Amino acid sequence: MRILIAALAASTAFTSAAIAAEIYPIDRATILAKSPFDFKVELDAVYGEGDIQVTVNGKPYAEVFGKPAEYVAEEKGKEDKVLGSALILRDLALATPGDYTVEVKAGNETKSATWQVYGTSEVAKAKNVIFLIGDGLSVAHRTSARIMSKGMTGGKANGRLAMDDLDHMAFIGTSSTHSIATDSANTASAYMTGHKSRVNALGVYADRTPATLDDPKVETIAEALRRTTKKSIGVVTTAEVEDATPAAVVSHTRKRSDKAEIVGMLYNVQPDVLLGGGSAYFLKSDVPGSKRKDDKDYIKMFGDAGYTIATTGTELAASAGTNTGKILGLFHTGNMDTWLDRNELKKGTVEKFPDQPGLVDMTQAALGQLSKNPEGFFLMVEAASVDKMSHPMDWDRAVLETVELDHAVAVARDFAAKNPDTLVVVTGDHTHGVSLIGTIDTQKEGTDMREKVGVYDDAGFPDYVDANGDGYPESVDVKRPLALFSSNFPDYYETWGPKLDGPFVPAIQDGEGKYVANEAYKDVPGAVLRVGNLPRENDTAVHAVDDIVLQATGPGAEAFKGYMEQSDVYKVLADVFALDAPQK
Amino acid sequence: MSQILTRRSCLATLAAGMSLATLRPARAATPDLSFGELYGSFSALGLEFSDKVKKLTGSRVTIQGFMAPPLKAESAFFVLTEIPMALCPFCSTDADWPDNILVVYLDGKQTFTDPNQRIEAAGMLERGSWTDPDTGFVSQLRLRDARFSTI
Repeated sequence: MRILIAALAASTAFTSAAIAAEIYPIDRATILAKSPFDFKVELDAVYGEGDIQVTVNGKPYAEVFGKPAEYVAEEKGKEDKVLGSALILRDLALATPGDYTVEVKAGNETKSATWQVYGTSEVAKAKNVIFLIGDGLSVAHRTSARIMSKGMTGGKANGRLAMDDLDHMAFIGTSSTHSIATDSANTASAYMTGHKSRVNALGVYADRTPATLDDPKVETIAEALRRTTKKSIGVVTTAEVEDATPAAVVSHTRKRSDKAEIVGMLYNVQPDVLLGGGSAYFLKSDVPGSKRKDDKDYIKMFGDAGYTIATTGTELAASAGTNTGKILGLFHTGNMDTWLDRNELKKGTVEKFPDQPGLVDMTQAALGQLSKNPEGFFLMVEAASVDKMSHPMDWDRAVLETVELDHAVAVARDFAAKNPDTLVVVTGDHTHGVSLIGTIDTQKEGTDMREKVGVYDDAGFPDYVDANGDGYPESVDVKRPLALFSSNFPDYYETWGPKLDGPFVPAIQDGEGKYVANEAYKDVPGAVLRVGNLPRENDTAVHAVDDIVLQATGPGAEAFKGYMEQSDVYKVLADVFALDAPQK
Repeated sequence: MSQILTRRSCLATLAAGMSLATLRPARAATPDLSFGELYGSFSALGLEFSDKVKKLTGSRVTIQGFMAPPLKAESAFFVLTEIPMALCPFCSTDADWPDNILVVYLDGKQTFTDPNQRIEAAGMLERGSWTDPDTGFVSQLRLRDARFSTI
């Protein structure tokens, strides 16, 4: 015992004296065998190449990795500040599963990282995977969607969501490499690469240099499928297709806002079906509405690559008959409008883009096309505006986006019922700080809206009506709507009910760059100023660190259980597809 | 620093600024344009400017809107939006600009105003792709030699 304490003290002293070097992939990374990744060592001081010792499991690293790394004498930061020396080895792949301990020594800097390289089953468990992500999908969204869509009597739901009957589930931890908190880039990237990363990063470990496209890469699922299989790949979203979640299927960048470059990455991987918004980054810079800075015409390039192009719901429906095998559907220059705006209120940008398909239409079109491939497919479907409407605390829109997601889940389950070699996964990428706490009794006497919030026994049941049985209430403007609130918010005017004039915009920036309550809602009857509890640089409610509930059904789904790191979900997908076994 | 130009002082400045080469028609004769009138058609394959915008290109116009938080305090231009921006694309990596924006190049130094404050900008309407040499910001529609006043 005494010896142990002495040893501990010595090692602690040694550690604190050492300057922090960094190794990428980081300690405890899990890596699919044979998948290419970039190895990088960052040192805090400048060393000669010969003064940097790197071993892997006690052997010189080049012997294990098969080739030497590029030596960078001085990496530069902002304003040419010298950051230290570095070693970079691109496109390394480790064929043999097992633990790999990398040890770095240079001067008094030391660092150790152990990676777990994993193999997969020899034989694929499923031919197809449909991976549905409700961006920001939290428990309150599901509960509210069930009550709003199905109703409730005597404390029991009057019906079940499609996602209620998936038979395996896990709690997913979403935290990022540098923070317990997280965003849609690194969370979707964890699902799609098996590696955790830093906020805003996709398909890379975030290194210290300012450049956003040189960070150490890891393989994405689309690249792994192209490398090892002949499967088709589909990406469907209601956001811009170059937005973080869909981008995660193919992309490598430190900064999710590299949207013009992400379109190039989509083009390089060429998902067979790519449906969503975001055409602004596909258009040459001289086309009004373009957000590119160059003259690349990606619509033409995808067309030349054999894609059928659809820009409206009508064209998407017609594309079902295409024999090109590939569809690029771009239905909006930016993010697509929400279900509530498209179908009931006609607000948002629906007047400008009146013929946008919904998530269900897009999912059906994608499945119709992808299922033509006898080798199978991977399809990622994102209900993006669950998140995009939860940020501004526009709960009716966010809940209806969840109902729409659930209808897409029903489509996926129908497909899986007919094609039992299909794994269906339904999850969120991160959560929001939203809770359903009761109802609001708008008919109660008085003008003080706060007193109309029904809690405990007073909450009763809401009065949404779904007369036509399509799963959506005919109106959200009811007498007793659901009462959802965010745990966190900027300064804003709480208006206590559905936002019928268009998506809610809670706060706007003042002259000093701080977010203040949007005065546009000041005179809404009953509006109350809520003084924020977030730093004033935050424009809207933020993501929560709470776990996500992942649900799945089909072959391989039994691997989802207990608590799992988000990056471990990829291991299941890799195993289901047997990505370590040569197939091509 | 936060001195806000009144409409009157702005007009005075504008009047004072009218030199021989930049003699402009009186304000009363300047046609007004609104954000709702910028585009004639919308498609994922690109937007098309309205006939009104095409007709007014090269003329001095006035348009009302809100100033998006500028990239930097001493920027030569700012982005005019239809409604106050809830997000700051210059500051946040997950924020992006709406479709209908107008880039406003000022003809002289003017103190930026509160993004909550409705303003009226007046300048020469210029159409066509332009990349700002300092920031790389690409715009399709701009006001040049512009001034603005609060409303």
